[in-house]
Amino acid sequence: MPELSRRRALTAAAALTATVGVQTVSAPATTAAGAAGGHDHGSPASFDEVYKGRRIQGRPTAGGGHHGGGHHGAGYAVFVDGVELHLMRNADGTWISVVSHYDPVSSPRAAARAAVDELQGAKLLPFPAN
Amino acid sequence: MTVRKNQASLTADEKRRFVAALLELKRSGRYDTFVTTHNAFILGDTDNGERTGHRSPSFLPWHRRFLLEFERALQSVDASVALPYWDWTVDRTARSSLWAPDFLGGTGRSRDGRVTDGPFAASAGNWPISVRVDGRTYLRRALGASVRQLPTPAEVESVLAMATYDMAPWNSASDGFRNHLEGWRGVNLHNRVHVWVGGQMATGVSPNDPVFWLHHAYVDKLWARWQRRHPGAAYLPASGTPDVVDLNETMKPWNDTSPADLLDHTAHYTFDTD
Repeated sequence: MPELSRRRALTAAAALTATVGVQTVSAPATTAAGAAGGHDHGSPASFDEVYKGRRIQGRPTAGGGHHGGGHHGAGYAVFVDGVELHLMRNADGTWISVVSHYDPVSSPRAAARAAVDELQGAKLLPFPAN
Repeated sequence: MTVRKNQASLTADEKRRFVAALLELKRSGRYDTFVTTHNAFILGDTDNGERTGHRSPSFLPWHRRFLLEFERALQSVDASVALPYWDWTVDRTARSSLWAPDFLGGTGRSRDGRVTDGPFAASAGNWPISVRVDGRTYLRRALGASVRQLPTPAEVESVLAMATYDMAPWNSASDGFRNHLEGWRGVNLHNRVHVWVGGQMATGVSPNDPVFWLHHAYVDKLWARWQRRHPGAAYLPASGTPDVVDLNETMKPWNDTSPADLLDHTAHYTFDTD
């Protein structure tokens, strides 16, 4: 399955990029919505909070305009205790994550909170984890 | 010829053989390759990019082929086995025989969602969750916890009545039969069932729960019913659609089958009832 391998390789590459990206962020941002600019649809604001004892963070990503890389086209990244949660934006502006993939919610923060609820304290694995 | 039966009508022997074949695929490592493939497509299929397995017209033929591959794997273990389907409009509570200890086991315990009975309970030692997105290695469910009701027969009927297979923009925003069956719009059939089961079934690695196959076998049956209802209606789009699998284009990851090749399920199996 060469195509699948390519897809997975690109996913891994995207994950690496995202990890490097977050390390260069100097402080938790409180960017206004749409600050990332140039996206098809403006990105939601960044957030950083402790929810049910876990740190959840979200921010627009610089590479958000890229498509076809396997790793969403969301233009936004979410982290639970520093581990990226795979996130996807639907055409109607709702959001889903890999741990709640069939149940759209209104914002990346809501997706992060839904993930914390779902995880029941378990550690998120970096993707692709397998 | 393979006959796919309603899970509620399986004999004790048929249940035993189905479960044994699942456990053997798991033991050999073949089961988890299906989970990996599904998750790769879940992560990769996007509304504004390439989309094949989900949120696109090929959701139905892609899963038909995916289930055929899985059924053939089961049959390589035990040639008598066919995929059963779960009609969730009828067997709609956690008390259904589907969830009994002699078949799939029941819901998870409240503390951590862990399934504690049946052949796939972690305690039985035969069902490690290896392809996963978090640290938990045991099968989890929360039947009816995140959404109270499974779809009703009337809701299914309202979707089967839709005469157009799919519509632009060919994604989760589309009107038409495919997207209403998939559940991103409207009364929500397929997606809602994943949410109702909970646990791994609500995630990108949903095939970790064997009920995935019974759910999708019924979604597949609903496609066949829709085809009989609308004999003049065709798979759409026909051609020339970027990022979307047209009627005669081949689908990843197999690259040797198009939706056109999969429209007629009777080449591969029949159902116990129409």
